[in-house]
This record gives sequence, C-alpha cells and structure tokens, in this order.
Amino acid sequence: MKLYSDREQDFAARSEPIERQSTLLWGLGLGALAGASAYALYAARRDRDGLSYRPADSAPGRSAKQSRFGEYAVVGRTVTIDRPRDDLYRYWRNFKNLSGFMENVKSVEPIEEAKGRFRWMIEGPAGTDVRIETEVVSDKPGEEIAWRSLQTSQIDTKGKVSFRDAPGNRGTEVEALIAYDPPGGELGRWIAKLFQAEPALQGRRDLKRFKMLVETGEIATSANRKSDK
Amino acid sequence: MRALTWQGKHDVRVETVPDPEIVNPRDAIIEVTSTAICGSDLHLYDGVIPGVLSGDILGHEFMGRVVEAGPKSTLKKDQRVVVPFTISCGGCFHCKKQQFSACDNSNPAEKQDLTEMQFGHAVGGLFGYSHLAGGYPGGQAEYVRVPFSDVGPIVIPDGFDDDDVLFLSDILPTGWMAAENADIEEGDTVAVWGCGPVGLFAVQSALKMGAAQVIAIDHYPNRLRLARQMGAKVIDYTQTHVLEALMEMSGGHGPDAVIDAVGMESHGFAPDTMMDNVKQAVGIGADGGHVLREAILACRKGGRVSVPGVYGGFLDKFPLGAMMEKGLQIRTGQTHVQRYTKELLHRIAEGEIDTRFMISHRLPLEQAADGYHNFRFNQNDWTKVVLKPNMQPAAG
Ligand SMILES: NC(=O)c1ccc[n+]([C@@H]2O[C@H](COP(=O)([O-])OP(=O)(O)OC[C@H]3O[C@@H](n4cnc5c(N)ncnc54)[C@H](O)[C@@H]3O)[C@@H](O)[C@H]2O)c1
Ligand SMILES: [Zn+2]
Ligand SMILES: [Zn+2]
Repeated sequence: MKLYSDREQDFAARSEPIERQSTLLWGLGLGALAGASAYALYAARRDRDGLSYRPADSAPGRSAKQSRFGEYAVVGRTVTIDRPRDDLYRYWRNFKNLSGFMENVKSVEPIEEAKGRFRWMIEGPAGTDVRIETEVVSDKPGEEIAWRSLQTSQIDTKGKVSFRDAPGNRGTEVEALIAYDPPGGELGRWIAKLFQAEPALQGRRDLKRFKMLVETGEIATSANRKSDK
Repeated sequence: MRALTWQGKHDVRVETVPDPEIVNPRDAIIEVTSTAICGSDLHLYDGVIPGVLSGDILGHEFMGRVVEAGPKSTLKKDQRVVVPFTISCGGCFHCKKQQFSACDNSNPAEKQDLTEMQFGHAVGGLFGYSHLAGGYPGGQAEYVRVPFSDVGPIVIPDGFDDDDVLFLSDILPTGWMAAENADIEEGDTVAVWGCGPVGLFAVQSALKMGAAQVIAIDHYPNRLRLARQMGAKVIDYTQTHVLEALMEMSGGHGPDAVIDAVGMESHGFAPDTMMDNVKQAVGIGADGGHVLREAILACRKGGRVSVPGVYGGFLDKFPLGAMMEKGLQIRTGQTHVQRYTKELLHRIAEGEIDTRFMISHRLPLEQAADGYHNFRFNQNDWTKVVLKPNMQPAAG
C-alpha cells in the first residue's frame, strides 16, 4: 500500500525510532503539515546535482517526489470554495453533514456531542460496516477542526480540515487531511484496495462533492434515473 | 423512450431505453422536438475520442418542450427551450467569469479523475460527449434530463421555428466565439479552414465583426458554394496551394487571423496527415493536426490563431517555433455557449443572422443512423442533419 509520501515524514523516519513515528506523525504530519513550520525542513542527503541539501520549497509535504513507507496512509487535498470561511467551518463542524458528500461514509452520529465524540459508519467490504469512533482534538472556529479515533474504533485514524481565506475574494481554501493506520486481515486488505491505486483519490472526490454541494446545492450526477444514482 | 445509442466505431442505433427522471432539484426534463448531428459527434462516431461506452446516448444539440421541472428549476412546464451543450452550474469561479465550459461543478466527481490526469484539470460536463465529459445522456432522444436547468436553457418566445433557433445550442455560438477569439479588426483578412457548420458560421460571424475579407478553405464544392453564398472567397485545397494562395490574396501580408474549424480529423494527402492517421489508427492518442499546422504557418506576424476545432490528445510536429518567432496569439476551447445565447437570439430575431441555409436534411429520429452515415461519408451534400422525434418517415 502506498503510504505517507511527505518530506516531513521522511525526516521523521530518519530521525526517530519506529515506535515514536505515529506520535510524530500526528505532530508533524497533521499538526504542522499545513503550517509554516512544515516548510522549513531540510533534506539531509546528497542529490544528483551533488548538492548536500536543498532548502524545502513552499509546497505542501504530500506533493513531494520522495515517497516513503510508514505506518500511516494519508490522503489530502486542497480545494477553493466560493463561500466564507465561517459558513464552511460550521457546515463541517456539524459532523452529521459529512455523510452527505463522503462517498463511503454512511452516517456520522454523536456519541457524546459535548465531548466532540462521534460514531462514523463506513461502508465496508462485502456489505459489512466499519465503525469508527472519534473525538475532536482541535477546534478553532472558522479555522480548523481535527479529530482522532478512540480505542474503541476498528480503524486507527486522524483527520483534520482547515479553512483559509482565498486571495482575491475567491472564497475559502479548504484543506482536508485524513491519516489512518491500516489494520491487518480482511479489513486491512479492503482498505488497501480502496486506497491503493491512487491514495488521494477518495479524499479528492469527497472534497469536490463538498464544493458542489455548497456552491450549487446539489451533487452532480449523470444518472438518468434516481435508481441509477 | 427511443434514443440514438453508440455501439462502436461507425455503429449507432436507435433503441428503446428507460425514460429519464428528475434526479437533482435543479433538473428539468425536456421533450425533444429537434436535435442535430454535429461534426463533434463524428469524432465519437469515428471512435477517436476515448471514454464512450456501448449504449451511451449521443447528441448535444437539442431543443424542446419542458415536461417536468424540479423544485429548484426556474423553468415551467410547456416552455420551449434551447439547451446549451455545455452543462454549467452558474455559481463556480469559472461560471462567474462566464467561462461556462470550464465549470468546476458539472462533471460528476467520480468522472473527473481521467481528464484531471490527462489535461491537468478536469473538464466541465457536456451532453452526450463521453464519460470524460461526465457521461451525461445526450439529446438525440425523445427526452433528456437537463441538469442546472435554471442556468443553461434559453426560453424561446413564440414566433420562431425550431430551425431558426436550434443552433443556439452549439454551432452558432461556436462560430461566433471562433470569430471573437480571432480579435478581428477593421480591414482584416480572416482565413477559415473547414466549411462545415462551424466554419460556415465562423465565416458569417467574422464578416459581421468587420473583417474586410474572409477566405474559406475546404474541398467539397457544395460546402464551398455555401461559404461563397455567405460572402467568403474560397480556396479548394485539392486545386490550390493553400499557403501560397493566402499570401497572394492578402497582398503578401498573410491573414491577420486564422480559424481552424476542422479539428483533429483533418483530411488530405499531405505527408503529416498520413502520419497522423496511422498514429490515430493504432490508438496512441495522436490528433490529426494538418490544418492547425497550416494555419499557424499562414498567419501573419503578430496575428491571431483561433481554434474551435476539437482536439483530444497530443499533436506531433506542432510548429511552436513559428508560433513563437512570429509572436502569434492562440485562443481555443469548448464554447461558453451560455455567454452568447441571448445576444444571438436577438440577432436572429432582427434577421441579421441566417441559420437555416445550412440545413440540408431533416430526418425522423428513427433514421438517425442513416443521418450519421451520410453526414460522415457524403459530406458534400449532407451539410447539416436535423433529427425530429415526431416526424413521420417519408413514404416509400
Ligand atoms: N469548440 C467547440 O465548442 C465546438 C463546437 C462544435 C464543433 N466543434 C468542432 O468544430 C469542428 C468542425 O465541426 P463541423 O460540425 O463544422 O464539422 P464537419 O465535419 O461537418 O466539417 C469539417 C469540414 O472540414 C473540412 N476539412 C477537412 N480537412 C480539411 C483541410 N485539410 N483543409 C480544409 N478543410 C478541411 C471537411 O471537408 C469538412 O467540410 C469539429 O472538430 C468539431 O468537433 C467545436
Ligand atoms: Zn456540436
Ligand atoms: Zn460552474
């Protein structure tokens, strides 16, 4: 399975023992990936042109050419949506809305709303459902929402969505990142299959559907009949 | 309902398929009264555009009567409408800039991956034009589901026949945008390759926009005759050296603007065409580019290249040096139809624009396959085919 392809993780993998990777990932990969500190990491290897290091550029880590295998798979994508930051934040913060545009998410229901705990039902292999229980770990109104899975979850996962003003009154740049530690067995194979061909595919499509829904009030389909949808 | 379906290269059939329904709130269902076959459909018919599946309903030039409108549609039952071939949401960045064919939200998310990989960005949705453009069932059918029906369709007032207004769906705006993209100035010489419907409308539009002379190039006598009738001078490329003639006919200056209204399947026995044909036949995604190459060479220094002709892949031997060294400008794209429908309807009403002259054949929908065959293989006489679902087949 194609895994975390970020220069941040590359850095993490080389500098830390394996067991610390997942904590680091959360800190570096998700916490800082969208932040400025992520762009300041230097790759400490001699490359083709004989340069011993190249300063990191301003691109997000997941677009790096160097890919690395680690414990977590990450999908992420940015899309510009022509709506104010606060509206988008509020729509997303109401987790129940997510199943409206995430293809594989059947429902998201609160367990303990006050603690930001939710139960996600994901369409699983062969008609089974996969249950994920998460809690909100960061909540900055109008800026970002991050969540991580609880012990009771069938999949170890972390996610974060951030909202920034787009330049020139173009609305909001929405960046979503989802990382998960693929479990073994049948479930693991299913997840691998789902994300293998193109790790960013699912996240990318879901974000596009989010954009369609808020910009047009509906999600485009070429189905000619409701039953074909 | 009955609908024209694609089955394979040069194999299209009218079949019975399920009727469409309102699926999304902004949808409307149109009962088709007239629908045309386009040069763009021939690229599908010839199998040179990928992503068409057996059973897909073709057709993107259509008009009809509203039979059902979704809760968020602004249309009303029984209104007569012409529907643009470009499906556009009206609210995204591109639609707001009037770049309707670049709409971000009309191509379903799960269909966007392919063109995103191939072109760097996903294209907008089009009716009946492969799954790359959304896989929307097309208009060569009795009924069509029209998404975003509050944005695209233009309501036609009483007093117009279908034949007057049908081409607002595509080729009339396409010819108009082709001329607009040529940035025509007073006194300009404009050369137009291809005297199919798009080229003929481009000729008419270029003259309206002030070109001093328009030179149209093709090899079908009847199509050249129509171009002449529209006011163009003509070149038959089987009789004449095109580049030399264009220089001579423009005082040694070269045309100020050139329009490629042929696209990826240009004909002729030029060596580059034959090479392109071989590559196209073995399916390595090479477009035929003879006309575009010739147009770039013909264009005067600092001139403009307008490309309404459709391309879908890669072009070999693109004369980039000529483009750069002569400082040419190039503009192209699927037409932003919604940008032009109102103004062009007004011009039709004023009698400024003639739309009927190019219709050579009207057939019942049931005979659509004949229409395709003849529009493809008897191009001289079959200049434009309009299909009518309600027309009775001719006796005998
Ligand atoms: N940009 C858009 O939105 C848009 C819309 C409609 C059509 N189109 C495209 O415009 C093009 C023309 O459409 P049409 O309906 O007029 O098609 P058509 O097939 O009826 O006409 C094409 C004409 O080009 C002529 N031709 C071929 N090779 C030539 C050459 N070497 N030199 C000069 N003429 C040559 C043919 O003889 C024919 O008359 C197609 O590529 C079509 O896909 C684009
Ligand atoms: Zn067309
Ligand atoms: Zn749009």
